[in-house]
Amino acid sequence: MVKRILLALVTLWLLSVLVFAAGRMLPGNVGRAMLGPFADQAAVDVLNREMGTDRPILVQYGEWIAGLVTGDLGMSYAYRAPVAPFLGEALANSAKLSLVAFLMVVPLGILGGIIAALYRGRATDRIISVTGLSATVVPEFVSGIVLILTFGVWLRWFPISATWPDGAGILTQIHYLILPSIPLVLILFGYIARMARAGMIEALDAEYTRTAILKGLSFPQVIWRHVLRNALLPTISVIATQTVYLIGGLVVIEILFHYQGIGSLIYTAANKKDFPMLQAGVMAVGALFAVTTLIADLLYARLNPRIRFGLGQ
Amino acid sequence: MNDADGIPAPADASEQPSTGWRRELGRLFGSGAFVVGASIVFFWVGCAIFGPSLVPYDPFADDLMNSLMPPSGAHWFGTDQLGRDVFSRVIVGARDILTVAPLATLLSTILGTALGLTMGYFGGWIDELLSRLVDAVLALPTVIVALLALTAVGTSTVTVLLVIAFTFAPIIARTVRAAVLSERNLDYVAAAELRRDSRLYILFVEILPNVIPPILVESTVRLGYAIFTVATLSFIGFGIQPPSPDWGLSISSNYGLIGGGFWWTVLFDGGAIASLVIGINLMADGIESALND
Amino acid sequence: MTDAHAPALRFEGLGVEYRVKGQSWQVLEDINLEIPRGESYGLVGESGCGKSTAAFAALRYLPRNGSVNHGRVLIDGQDVYGLNSVALRRLRRVSVAMVYQDAGRALNPSIRIGQQVQEVFELAGAPRTEWAGQVEDILDRVRISDPRRVMERYPHQLSGGMQQRVAIAMAIASNPTLLVLDEPTTGLDATVEAEVLDLISQLRRELSTSILFISHNLGVIARMCDRVGVLYAGRLVEEARAGDVFLHPRHPYTAGLLRCLPKAGRSKAVAPLATIPGFLPVPGAVVPGCIFSSRCMLADHLCRTKDPEFQAIGDRLSKCHYPDRIPELSVGVDALPVAPAGNHTGQPVLQLRNVSKTFGVGDHQVRAVRAIDLDLGIGETLGVVGESGSGKTTLARTILGLIRPDPGSTITFAGVPVAADMAGRSRAQIKAIQIIFQNPDSALNRSHSVRRMIGRTIDVLIGLRGPAREERIKYLTRSVRLTERHLTALPRQLSGGLKQRVAIARAFASDPQILICDEPTSALDVSVQAAILNLLAELQTTKQVSYILISHDLGVVRYLSDRIAVLYLGQLMELGTAEQVFSGPHHPYTEALLSSVPTIDGGDEGRVKLVGEIPSAARLPKGCVFHTRCPRKLPSICEAAEPPLIALEVGHVVRCHISANQLPRRT
Repeated sequence: MVKRILLALVTLWLLSVLVFAAGRMLPGNVGRAMLGPFADQAAVDVLNREMGTDRPILVQYGEWIAGLVTGDLGMSYAYRAPVAPFLGEALANSAKLSLVAFLMVVPLGILGGIIAALYRGRATDRIISVTGLSATVVPEFVSGIVLILTFGVWLRWFPISATWPDGAGILTQIHYLILPSIPLVLILFGYIARMARAGMIEALDAEYTRTAILKGLSFPQVIWRHVLRNALLPTISVIATQTVYLIGGLVVIEILFHYQGIGSLIYTAANKKDFPMLQAGVMAVGALFAVTTLIADLLYARLNPRIRFGLGQ
Repeated sequence: MNDADGIPAPADASEQPSTGWRRELGRLFGSGAFVVGASIVFFWVGCAIFGPSLVPYDPFADDLMNSLMPPSGAHWFGTDQLGRDVFSRVIVGARDILTVAPLATLLSTILGTALGLTMGYFGGWIDELLSRLVDAVLALPTVIVALLALTAVGTSTVTVLLVIAFTFAPIIARTVRAAVLSERNLDYVAAAELRRDSRLYILFVEILPNVIPPILVESTVRLGYAIFTVATLSFIGFGIQPPSPDWGLSISSNYGLIGGGFWWTVLFDGGAIASLVIGINLMADGIESALND
Repeated sequence: MTDAHAPALRFEGLGVEYRVKGQSWQVLEDINLEIPRGESYGLVGESGCGKSTAAFAALRYLPRNGSVNHGRVLIDGQDVYGLNSVALRRLRRVSVAMVYQDAGRALNPSIRIGQQVQEVFELAGAPRTEWAGQVEDILDRVRISDPRRVMERYPHQLSGGMQQRVAIAMAIASNPTLLVLDEPTTGLDATVEAEVLDLISQLRRELSTSILFISHNLGVIARMCDRVGVLYAGRLVEEARAGDVFLHPRHPYTAGLLRCLPKAGRSKAVAPLATIPGFLPVPGAVVPGCIFSSRCMLADHLCRTKDPEFQAIGDRLSKCHYPDRIPELSVGVDALPVAPAGNHTGQPVLQLRNVSKTFGVGDHQVRAVRAIDLDLGIGETLGVVGESGSGKTTLARTILGLIRPDPGSTITFAGVPVAADMAGRSRAQIKAIQIIFQNPDSALNRSHSVRRMIGRTIDVLIGLRGPAREERIKYLTRSVRLTERHLTALPRQLSGGLKQRVAIARAFASDPQILICDEPTSALDVSVQAAILNLLAELQTTKQVSYILISHDLGVVRYLSDRIAVLYLGQLMELGTAEQVFSGPHHPYTEALLSSVPTIDGGDEGRVKLVGEIPSAARLPKGCVFHTRCPRKLPSICEAAEPPLIALEVGHVVRCHISANQLPRRT
């Protein structure tokens, strides 16, 4: 376990190097890039000194990392204000949106996979599998636009912006978040259903399932006691690794639905070449991924006696 | 009397039925999903190649007198803000995305295969090091990597292509690595080592042919996602640049209008993207099931 | 509903078909058999004969594409296929139970043993408070010494033998009238197999359960069953009391199978093994006459045109037109010795001195091979026997240079020490030491043709080009009795036996002087095995190659070997000529190993029974490594001191504290 945490840290460190390097790949220097080619050289120098971008690159990297670890994420170029509060709010907003999406998709996907496996090879299975497969690859902005047109513009069931009025209660917030979360649900449904189906089929075909049937257990008992647990274990890790794709989708969804989350923060920062903001946002996404993967590994190990008690003796 | 199973040869050995590839192709075209998917993809590839000479209007020509016309006999899919014919733009819009995405996929397949073969066969610290790098790249969604890279070096089609290639390569590498690891333990590899074949020979001549099926499936799936990613990047303004009639780009410049009910400016482009990615995915699914049974 | 006098199981004209891609395959045809209460019935046959299908058909558990299309199955007088789902479940709960191969997979990996066994009592309707006690009792009954501890375990924490005991416990828990055992000991080590078989016999006496015992192993069937049915290509071809079938077969197929077995007294120096020519017909093939006629030496016009009835001869049945002519078959075997005994005198071609291999696994040291000294003469076969964990495969890979031995180990080839690592060996040395792997599916590259596989070895190690190369490929192909047509085939287009021939041809391509045969026939049926063993013996004579034959099958080892080394937990326990090792005086472990093999002609009186499990190589016992299981352990010394190798006669050494004249010998 300690090894896993160390590995995650190594991965994060490598990521920080990549992210930092990306911020320093700009032709010319940071001040020039921000102020444009026609700005006064003196102004550029002043800005560079102000931001510390005139010092040796390793020193800058060291300070940046030290800042990240201590929670000082630097100053935004665009807002001339600390990055941290922006990032905090954006993460909180995105968490709400993702939570709504997850609460819908996890049960749906698992159920879909289970049903498909139970009706393996028949029409029900084909419909669930092909729908899931197709939904997974349609970009969020395409499904988002169809949803906005249908439920926002024509039927007027949901608001077409995800930003709720100030002081809205939790139900109102959820109402605003349902439409934006559906594209994410569509993307993830196929993955989760596919994994759940594969796990189910493997467990259904396993010899221990045969043992259970030949013991004289009824079919629901066989499924409930012997199949589900073994079938759904691998699905847990998939759900965790998919969070990262979910965040990729957030960029598009938050732009489309005018929502202030981590996706739109990164997008805006990229548009304004606001590197401290961009780097902090990207590192936050990386850290989030590392943590969810770690939790998923722990959970998997916790639920799987083969790992819990070591293989063999 | 010494040959219980030597002579005569069994029927399946002497008749030499169709070889592997032909048998698998037969199975492919027996699968409905594959045929539907391939037809859709074939249609769009045709549009990308021959579209410009077939469409009724010049997809770039403004006609401000006829802007935002709903679909009609003259303009099947209506016209956009600048009065350009949406139908012609949708057909020709296949061009850029079907250039960038397949090239990116090809590059990522080559890179990923090389990486995966190296990791799987050599193992040890090489594998450990490369695995960490792969993990680091995979810790970020492609769209975010692309935003970072495109902000850093500026937006261009080549950068989009490279970003997709570099972010997809690790995924392919993982698939290849897993396949190689299971091959590596088979005795034919030991047999090759026992006649002291070079590592390159073992890797490319002995192992590679046996891991091609998973590579084929994975890279077809990746092609779908490459299209997905290019469309998404174009939509947020970091992908294919104006004045291309690219689908994602068109939706990006028109979706502000949907509140006003001008659905035709975005819906047909959306349908085009959806049909292409679904078509490719159906193909991937067909290939996978043909190879697996 | 159930009839207390009805036979436990009855197949009435049973036919089973599988549908694959719209085609139907008749895998069982017109099977009639009956197992009276308390009797044990063995169903024997080679792979593909339909014996497992028969087992699953009895429990109405066929694969999704399989169905019974003729006849009936009656258990306790109930028509199994006429039951509704409730009645079927009740039947499975109380009347019939099954145990199959590989208990590791038959048990649910994520549920504790106690709970899995408990389910049976739960289903039988026992009150909840009694479950735990009942589980303990039943585990005790299958001779699990510490049931409470085992109940808390998960399957992967138990050894293969223990897992199979748990599976048997679950099966007998409901005291069923019929117990179906499908290859229950296949894949277990010989001594563990013997224990499980003992357990089954004891339980039979205690419970009066009827048994349908399915196995490919004639010896196991002979030991365990009252009556035996022989299946061939989905048809029952012979049925009789166990003793009669094996002593006086009345069907040419049975006779053929028996003569294929490398059993006691058969050796390469005496005569080649008999084989059954030709191939098993594809399932569902329409054969005008007797299904076996194409492979039968007795077949005449009648056999090829008219399918024989399953006719009674006294209290036995045979599906043959000429059941009385079976004894004629044995006359035809040519009695010429195929291979002279190899010679062990003179300069050995290979010498191992103090060869050890320690693997570091985590913080454990696994001593897979410990200080082995062995010599191999020119043209000699050295058999290496041992159970899992004995280090025999590690030893083979060390000799090949695939695994680097511990420092201090010396391997000398033709008088010259060779490098530990393959990379340090000369081309001549590499050419000279080659291997035939156990499983041809793994050893042959599935995307390369036969010509390419054999040709590559010639290219790299011999360096022939052009017509000379092609000539050599053809020569090798012919010498393993393949034809030139096979050269373009891919492995999956060949049967198991043909694939192993390709592997042999490839191994011989470099003209090796030493060939390691690692379980060369364990993946094959007996009739194919016989042909491969004959081929190996013949090639040895013509090419003067030395073999190191690794096998768990003592029959195979005895047939081919001149000398035999017995390994246990990485140590050499005994080494001597085949004769010395088999007749003794021998090491107590060798004694146990020999007596654990069920033979078709031996009773099991005086069997040496081992108890306990093979210790892990990571935690070797102190003193003699065998003391934990040794039935002849001497007080104190065996646990304290490791015995040295002691010479009993010239060339016969044993690692034991027991004095030479006290050591067991075979009577």
